Amino acid sequence: MKRVMGAALCALLAGGIAHANAETKLTIATVNNGDMIRMQKLTDDFTSKNPDISLEWVTLEENTLRQRVTTDIATKGGQYDVMTIGTYEVPIWAEKGWLAPLDNLGSDYDVDDLMPAIRSAVSNDGNLYAAPFYGESSMMMYRTDLFEEAGIEINGRLTWDQTLEIAKKLHKPDEGVYGICLRGKAGWGENMALISTMGNAYGARWFDEEWKPTFDGDAWKDALEMYTNILGNYGPPGATSNGFNENLSLFNSGKCGMWIDATVAASFVTNPKESKVADKVGFTEAPCAVTCTGANWLWAWNLGIPMGSQKVEAAQKFISWATSKAYLELVASKEGWANVPPGTRMSLYENPKYLEAAPFADETLLAIDSADPINSTLEPKPYVGVQFAAIPEFQGIGTTVGQQFSAALAGQMSVEQALSAAQSSTDRTMRKAGYY
Amino acid sequence: MEKKQTPLGYVSFSVFAWIVGLLIFFPIFWMVLTSFKSELEAVSIPPSFISFDWTLENYAEVQERSNYFKFAMNSVILAVGSTLVGLVFAVTCAWAMAFNPTKRTKDALLWMLSTKMMPPVGVLVPIYLMFRDWGLLDTRFGLIMVLFLMNLPIMVWMLYTYFKEIPTDILEAARMDGATLPKEIIFVLLPMAVPGIASTMLLNVILAWNEAFWTLNLTTSDAAPLTAFIASYSSPEGLFWAKLSAASTLAVAPILVIGWFSQKQLVRGLTFGAVK
Repeated sequence: MKRVMGAALCALLAGGIAHANAETKLTIATVNNGDMIRMQKLTDDFTSKNPDISLEWVTLEENTLRQRVTTDIATKGGQYDVMTIGTYEVPIWAEKGWLAPLDNLGSDYDVDDLMPAIRSAVSNDGNLYAAPFYGESSMMMYRTDLFEEAGIEINGRLTWDQTLEIAKKLHKPDEGVYGICLRGKAGWGENMALISTMGNAYGARWFDEEWKPTFDGDAWKDALEMYTNILGNYGPPGATSNGFNENLSLFNSGKCGMWIDATVAASFVTNPKESKVADKVGFTEAPCAVTCTGANWLWAWNLGIPMGSQKVEAAQKFISWATSKAYLELVASKEGWANVPPGTRMSLYENPKYLEAAPFADETLLAIDSADPINSTLEPKPYVGVQFAAIPEFQGIGTTVGQQFSAALAGQMSVEQALSAAQSSTDRTMRKAGYY
Repeated sequence: MEKKQTPLGYVSFSVFAWIVGLLIFFPIFWMVLTSFKSELEAVSIPPSFISFDWTLENYAEVQERSNYFKFAMNSVILAVGSTLVGLVFAVTCAWAMAFNPTKRTKDALLWMLSTKMMPPVGVLVPIYLMFRDWGLLDTRFGLIMVLFLMNLPIMVWMLYTYFKEIPTDILEAARMDGATLPKEIIFVLLPMAVPGIASTMLLNVILAWNEAFWTLNLTTSDAAPLTAFIASYSSPEGLFWAKLSAASTLAVAPILVIGWFSQKQLVRGLTFGAVK
């Protein structure tokens, strides 16, 4: 009896070992958006080419994902083999040695085809630490029918002063149309993404070369005065609650004359299934002020491998598949060229089929190409990032400043008070962190 | 003397109760309604109430994208498991505190409750490190332990309140009849405290079912319950309300049904003492 049991146990163990050898399970943490969900649906293509690798998806909301993956990578928890991370995290985590360098993506990966701005945002010391899955900048989306009706023509890149004049003309709240929709919800990735680009356009920067905050300068005052004026007077009511999705709903319902936000919104507002104004949308670059440098942001969702992962080789295979040119063609063959993840590869913007399917492609390319995370302010700065500063303290700083600016928009404090509060809170945090 | 209620007073009270009831129920009703709308209709302003194109596409999409039953099964195991483990400790603890109090019993009870006042995120990293080192990340066992410990103070407090109302004389009589301690608890105390225990269990199941901090932070896929299932349908970029509503409806449906059928027991347990 003992022999039989022993044999059965050996067989079980052998089976288990054989199974373990046959399959490497990759756990992938990802954010819930259309492009990522599409990738999950196309998993079979990857697993059929790599039968020894299986994929386990963990989809989370952006803030939850950020908290989860940060906890896991900081404690070397090893729960994930591939993580979806933003351009804010990549330089910080790479610097800390938390990410494995992507040095084995395969000979046909064509790393030189990645857009230079995006590639620079996910590299550290010349090494790629994450591969961009989709990229975006910011631009203006506007209602062509309302512009025509009001006799407005766009000649060249608009300034914020011109944008204000247009908003005044389009603003007809009695008819349910507001001049402009902008992000008002407090948060470093919400209102501060937009306000930072406005600050850049007015010649401001988050920190001077000695890491001291600069909210006491005239540039920030001009930017914030314009923001509170244009959105407070010619925007929708309750704008302090509006982030990307709220403005998307308003624009798609035909309630915004203009909307300045992520280029990725272009595919949503031109989709007749989602938008009532799909055939009445025009695109142009985000407005400038004293400069156009840094007037539009740069962001990408990227796939990276935590240093603690035991499955780096398999993870690199997956990342190579998900961010390759072949993947773009796979999506196009299954879902059409308009649904291909945008903003990462130059070859996509040379593809006539994509240019035909995506009427916003030229403006998206223009916006991404003109965003430079290193040179994004009029005066020199010590940090990397257009709409953020890639330092660990920034999440807290950006959210606190965002709350103060949101309060200024709501009329709870003046622009001067908000800037003064932002200056002192940021100064305190930077001092505590030992920057000076 | 009991004051007799006038018909007007009765009607006013009923109307008021209905208004409060409907206000509380409205978000759930709206969530269910939204789950049958298209994404565009879900965000349209003004919102459409009944006159929209009813669709099941959100439920189909949710089914296609996620393995609902895996998440639901994990929720059941975590909620029931943590409740049963918690009950073993809570009954014995509440028995000791109710029938053999010391001068420190009140302090101990308050201290237990005070642990609920600490924000969970304050101990996230130490607990995460312990889970990592003990191999408990993404395991049902680990989560059952966390959920049971998290809800233990409430269970002890509730049971202590019920046990306090049971006359000590009955237990003493059982002891005089020769009942040992386990027999005294199992055959004398527990039958008398059934309504209290049932409501404690129900409340604990609901609390464990809805717990979203630890279940999101300590799981990835194998032990992920319905909270993780819901969290996967919120999106930073793109319309998601209809799909999120469908996922939420599916997630709350089991607990809603259990709550519906056991509401009498729950209310009785929460409002009446153990012995009348």
